[in-house]
Amino acid sequence: MQAFEYASPRNLSEAVRLLSVRWGESSILAGGTDLISAMKDGISTPKRLVNIKQISELGGIEFSPRNGLRLGAMVTLRGLLDHADVQQHYPGLIQAAEGVRSEQLRNMGTAGGELLQRPRCWYYRNGYGLLAMHDGKSLVPDGQNEYHAILGNSGPAYFVSPSGLAPILIALGATVTLHGPRGTRRIEVEKLFVTPTRVGQREHDIQPNEILTEIRVPYRAGVRTATYEVRQKEALDWPLAAAAVALRVEGGVIRDPRVVLGQVAPVPWASPEADRALSGKRPSEDVADAAGRAAVAKATPLSKNGYKVQLARIAVKRAVLSAVQQGG
Amino acid sequence: MRKKREKKEAALALSRRDFLKGAGVTVSGGLLVGSSAAAAEAAVSENVVGPGPVPITLRINGENHRLSLEPRITLLDALRDHLNITGSKKVCDRATCGACTMLMDKKPVYACTVLAIEAEGHDITTIEGLAKDGQLSPVMEAFWKNDAQQCGFCTPGFVMACTAFLMKNSDPTLEEIEKGLGGNLCRCGTYAGIRRAALEAAKAMKGAQIHG
Repeated sequence: MQAFEYASPRNLSEAVRLLSVRWGESSILAGGTDLISAMKDGISTPKRLVNIKQISELGGIEFSPRNGLRLGAMVTLRGLLDHADVQQHYPGLIQAAEGVRSEQLRNMGTAGGELLQRPRCWYYRNGYGLLAMHDGKSLVPDGQNEYHAILGNSGPAYFVSPSGLAPILIALGATVTLHGPRGTRRIEVEKLFVTPTRVGQREHDIQPNEILTEIRVPYRAGVRTATYEVRQKEALDWPLAAAAVALRVEGGVIRDPRVVLGQVAPVPWASPEADRALSGKRPSEDVADAAGRAAVAKATPLSKNGYKVQLARIAVKRAVLSAVQQGG
Repeated sequence: MRKKREKKEAALALSRRDFLKGAGVTVSGGLLVGSSAAAAEAAVSENVVGPGPVPITLRINGENHRLSLEPRITLLDALRDHLNITGSKKVCDRATCGACTMLMDKKPVYACTVLAIEAEGHDITTIEGLAKDGQLSPVMEAFWKNDAQQCGFCTPGFVMACTAFLMKNSDPTLEEIEKGLGGNLCRCGTYAGIRRAALEAAKAMKGAQIHG
């Protein structure tokens, strides 16, 4: 790991002042579970680390039916899992956090860092960049693409968005607050994620001297949520496909469904097709299956990841069934 | 103690910011009385340390250790390479395998991915801190009795993760143990023995004070 300067500011404005306006010069240290490894691998080589865990305004979880849920960005996944209001009102968010199958990572990793973790794409992790470019061409289409995107993969980006929390947060209409030198802005979690189209472009809508400070999740009475992940092994690893669902069941039919897939595209993949297959229908296994089919109808698998289409379809089906089976 | 210190420092940081903004000179807590804006500016840059060695005090198994370390040194390397406390193992060094697991304020963490400088002010417990007065801890004892290791390299990490797990779950099912220890890998595949050991340790620990 290259040597770096280190600072641990106590307030946000000092933290922002300590950050560089250019990517690569300074990095924000939160849980460190992704960043420190990336630094050891030379994927990230900041000259300065700014630890933001001592900033008290970035902590805390608050909930009220009126204001919904506010999650400080530095809340750990364990802190989220242990919170009674989250358990009661957002089971789909709990299921997503449980998807990080290591207690060590849950104690260290933060909600904000979970959203901003970098892709697991092995080309990226081996120094080829997010677009896996070599001699002006992506290595992915003819390469080892078994874990790459099956949707939104017309290129040049083929990696998959690794966040486990993002799909359910998007399904719930959550926002994030970003604090920078010119003040704060609040954007939908869905807008935080972008598919890069050129080398050097980040996969998040965030500036190098902006800090993700909090996540806000609206509350709507009667909303049922679920996250379902398909994984290769039960122990620590990223899922092969995931789906998150938020919906209400009113008068025996599904209302306001929102289906978002994870691990299948360079961004968390919202599926209006699946939403349409559910809206106004009586919940049943057939309807859930139809939503799964609709979600992957436009999938364009690469040479080695056709199996992910089936996994994504089943993830949607099971997430829908799990959500409708909740009381509410 | 720690809270009090944090409060004090938070107040200090706030005052610095006010100074830099050129805001009013009334300073909370009187901490910066008499300083000038230039001194406050210097105070901010003093908050940046490294890349060279920095004095760091680590509290490990109840004992304070003073060190001089670059900010890039991980907690694991600080113990293994600078303090010769080598029970925690370095295997993947990428927050994946669990061999380096230590307890930080009684919670298991991957020490390969915590910077030593971040660990300052926290209570660190390692495998060396579990046995008391020559007596193995209940988890260690159960691992030994159930032959829960083969090559033994993952064992210290597993024992730490298991100890922390049982502190939170005193009466676990086999499935809960499986999930609770999901952050540790054993390449010899001794999982069956480890799960048996965890169950037995839970029984042994019921009502008893847990070490660490």
